[in-house]
Amino acid sequence: MNLTLKIWRQKGPQDKGKMVDYKVSDISEHMSFLEMMDVLNEQLVNSGEEPVAFDHDCREGICGMCSLHINGEAHGPDRGITTCQLHMRMFKDGDTITIEPWRAKAFPVIKDLVVDRSAFERIQQAGGYISVNTSGNTQDANSIPISKHAADEAMDAAACIGCGACVASCKNSSAMLFVGAKVSQFALLPQGQVEATDRVKNMVAQMDLEGFGNCTNTGACEVECPKGITLENIARMNRELFKASLIKF
Amino acid sequence: MSVLDSKVPEGPIKDKWTNYKDKINLVNPANKRHIDIIVVGTGLAGGSAAATLAELGYNVKAFAYQDSPRRAHSIAAQGGINAAKNYMGDGDSTYRLFYDTVKGGDYRSREANVYRLAEVSSNIIDQCVAQGVPFARDYGGLLDNRSFGGVLVSRTFYAKGQTGQQLLLGCYSAMNRQIARGKIEMHNRHEMLDVVKIDGKARGIIARNLITGEIERHSAHAVVIATGGYGNVYFLSTNAMGSNATAAWKIHKKGAFFANPCFTQIHPTCIPRSGDYQSKLTLMSESLRNDGRIWVPAKLEDAKAIQEGRLKPTELAEEDRDYYLERRYPAFGNLVPRDVASRAAKERCDAGYGVNATGEAVYLDFAAAIERYGKVQAKIQGISNPSKEKITELGEAIVEEKYGNLFQMYEKIVDENPYKTPMMIYPATHYTMGGVWVDYNLMTTVPGLYCIGEANFSDHGANRLGASALMQGLADGYFVLPYTIGDYLADDIRTGVIPTDTKEFDEVEKEVKDKIDFFINNNGTKSVDYFHKRLGKVMWDKVGMSRNEKGLKEAMAEIKQIREEFWKEVKVPGSANEMNPELEKAGRVADFLELGELFAKDALVREESCGGHFREESVELDGEQKGEAKRNDKDFAFVSAWEYKGEPADAVLHKEQLEFKDIELKQRSYK
Ligand SMILES: Cc1cc2nc3c(=O)[nH]c(=O)nc-3n(C[C@H](O)[C@H](O)[C@H](O)COP(=O)(O)OP(=O)(O)OC[C@H]3O[C@@H](n4cnc5c(N)ncnc54)[C@H](O)[C@@H]3O)c2cc1C
Ligand code: SF4
Ligand code: FES
Repeated sequence: MNLTLKIWRQKGPQDKGKMVDYKVSDISEHMSFLEMMDVLNEQLVNSGEEPVAFDHDCREGICGMCSLHINGEAHGPDRGITTCQLHMRMFKDGDTITIEPWRAKAFPVIKDLVVDRSAFERIQQAGGYISVNTSGNTQDANSIPISKHAADEAMDAAACIGCGACVASCKNSSAMLFVGAKVSQFALLPQGQVEATDRVKNMVAQMDLEGFGNCTNTGACEVECPKGITLENIARMNRELFKASLIKF
Repeated sequence: MSVLDSKVPEGPIKDKWTNYKDKINLVNPANKRHIDIIVVGTGLAGGSAAATLAELGYNVKAFAYQDSPRRAHSIAAQGGINAAKNYMGDGDSTYRLFYDTVKGGDYRSREANVYRLAEVSSNIIDQCVAQGVPFARDYGGLLDNRSFGGVLVSRTFYAKGQTGQQLLLGCYSAMNRQIARGKIEMHNRHEMLDVVKIDGKARGIIARNLITGEIERHSAHAVVIATGGYGNVYFLSTNAMGSNATAAWKIHKKGAFFANPCFTQIHPTCIPRSGDYQSKLTLMSESLRNDGRIWVPAKLEDAKAIQEGRLKPTELAEEDRDYYLERRYPAFGNLVPRDVASRAAKERCDAGYGVNATGEAVYLDFAAAIERYGKVQAKIQGISNPSKEKITELGEAIVEEKYGNLFQMYEKIVDENPYKTPMMIYPATHYTMGGVWVDYNLMTTVPGLYCIGEANFSDHGANRLGASALMQGLADGYFVLPYTIGDYLADDIRTGVIPTDTKEFDEVEKEVKDKIDFFINNNGTKSVDYFHKRLGKVMWDKVGMSRNEKGLKEAMAEIKQIREEFWKEVKVPGSANEMNPELEKAGRVADFLELGELFAKDALVREESCGGHFREESVELDGEQKGEAKRNDKDFAFVSAWEYKGEPADAVLHKEQLEFKDIELKQRSYK
């Protein structure tokens, strides 16, 4: 198929940036979206132009690097997938496709379609861990049984890949789904209880500091999340935060 | 006389590690504060090492090319991680895990290292659970296990189909705690481009900031390389797009020997290639072989009809199917080790029995498992005389619970429903057993330079068993390196900070900058990918699943030729002082173009078949094992460690003779 691409080009953080039109032809429906981008880039290199910079690595939906806003949707049309898992069979000959970076104050553009997500790093550093040193004499893994339901639910929350689609989809650029997922994973496990109070407070405080917006329950994040992280995680985080507010040390 | 000293401690194998730990030098906590360690790579190996070293009190500087440690390619591991916990009570033990790993590796690994790996395996699970890794559990709340290819016990711990992700997030969280404490200085989006040696010791690195293009100097008392495998030398592999050999290759050029480059794992269960535009291949976890049966049509005419789209697999009667693994290997069946399964698939496809348009695919069929699970479920739920539809429905639900995300992934890529029609799979490059040579301490042949995880030549010999790479990466990082490096650093407590304004740093930085300038200014005509794809094709065709003398010699000449063209014709747009993905790729492909030739040379020298390395000249000629790979222990029970001498073809071979004192060398039979 033949396509017209409207792509955000921006030389660097200071550049204003603009949309540029490109044409690609002979695109196979079996290609992945990023393979289509490879075709475009090969074309640009061969004609001496600078290829379009975009983040990607694993190309199998797990590393969380890829991050394109396609036709106004984070990770494009189709549900439950990342950009790298999107296939060209979702498009048809003659289509015009708009490709933009994640848009959020807390995710400044580095170049073209690449954004800086280090705000997520700092939120995790604020408390997204259990304080346990590596010693080789930690208690046996089976010494605390964990109900299958709790373990499965913790796993569902832990499936978040930190891509940032939730932020990009939210009209307030809220990071509640991302933070809620991490808080939930630990809140559901006995190992996470000891530091629960500080964890939720510190992570939420850092989130606010980074300039992410508030949650107004529109649920766009849940719809675009490639890993099926549910709004239930935001509710759980709010409960944890409420619980924490009642505890005074 | 070989210059290699493996430094394996004396004493019985069971006591070596314990005795060693009792006797090594330690650095006291106050002194650790004055010691810096660079860790390049923050996947499972580097991440666990960085976190643990920082916990111990060292100052760690860590580097990764992605924008977060959480995105290292370890994240993509699906199936699981082995540990000799014997929670299932099926007879597992440290010895058995040790034995399976040495046997699975076709007797080309160092016994003492493998025993230590098996020994610390159960600590890994304890540590991960304590960090909050949500491993799968049974209804009693205890940890669940599954079994993987090449073994007869269930010892694989898993977190749905995302085990690597969860383990990496565990070690990422441990890192985050240390980053917050200021004990790890994390440099994301940085690529190490060379190592700096002072007085023969590794004392720093040169790295490029991938956002600004700035070339930076970083110094330390020791340098740890944990940059993963070199599977992308094949262009197409299950590795991430950015996975590369640059750090490993650059240290090789500065004196670290490179071991067994030809030992590469071609994984049997990957989604087949669909066209020339293909950028990478996707693995379908090996755990699928627990329940999937592998087959091709028994008759050539049926195979042809399927290839041409005239016949559907579901239309083929049971007796017209050839379950070739079950036929050839009745004891292990579909669970034979990876190398055996891959070659068997290639053999069938080469003979014309392949099942997609390219003729390069075999079926992985879940129909039998769905029926089996469905019947069991019907019983459990007390449904008498369940209909066929009901059984299928119940069975599919179980299969979905076990492999749901993999099935979904398959369907998204191939656009076929694997519950209703068998999956198509074909082997693909997946893992590299070869890598930088290290001694028992995980130190390379350069003092103070360590190598861990997939990047080293590791504990897997000529073939790695499933779920053992995660185990090795975490063993190296959490439980081995933190001890062994202390022994070395005990001499450095009075050294003080290593300055970076020295001639050694000047020189290496200049080399790095010159190369970058060359790329930017070389107004060639062809893209980096053009060369990478050509290299990949030579590697796959001539240094792939089956190798012979003629092909290997041709490969060496062809790779050299491609390399020469690359340096003349490569074109890199943009500038050096900005984010420039083409420039990053150019540097990596330049290194693959050298590594590939050494790889072929190593394969040429090893005139035996063992593990993933299959030489057509070395097969059993008769008896029960006829046609199977023939290992030659008399002449080849060694690790080949290559010393850099300029051109890859001029590399000098050093042999580390392998001794087997605790395991008897045997023909590896899975019949
Ligand atoms: C699809 C897939 C599935 C797998 N499934 C399993 C499984 O189920 N069980 C199992 O045991 N094993 C599995 N493996 C193998 C296993 O995942 C890997 O061998 C292991 O995770 C490698 O870990 P590592 O830490 O050595 O390297 P990686 O995780 O690859 O990390 C490499 C690190 O090095 C950094 N890096 C690389 N080059 C540079 C440079 N020049 N400068 C700076 N940083 C650099 C990267 O940023 C990254 O942080 C699988 C592998 C793949 C590809
Ligand atoms: S919650 Fe979903 S959308 Fe948000 S970062 Fe995690 S995986 Fe991405
Ligand atoms: S590239 Fe890794 S999730 Fe898309």
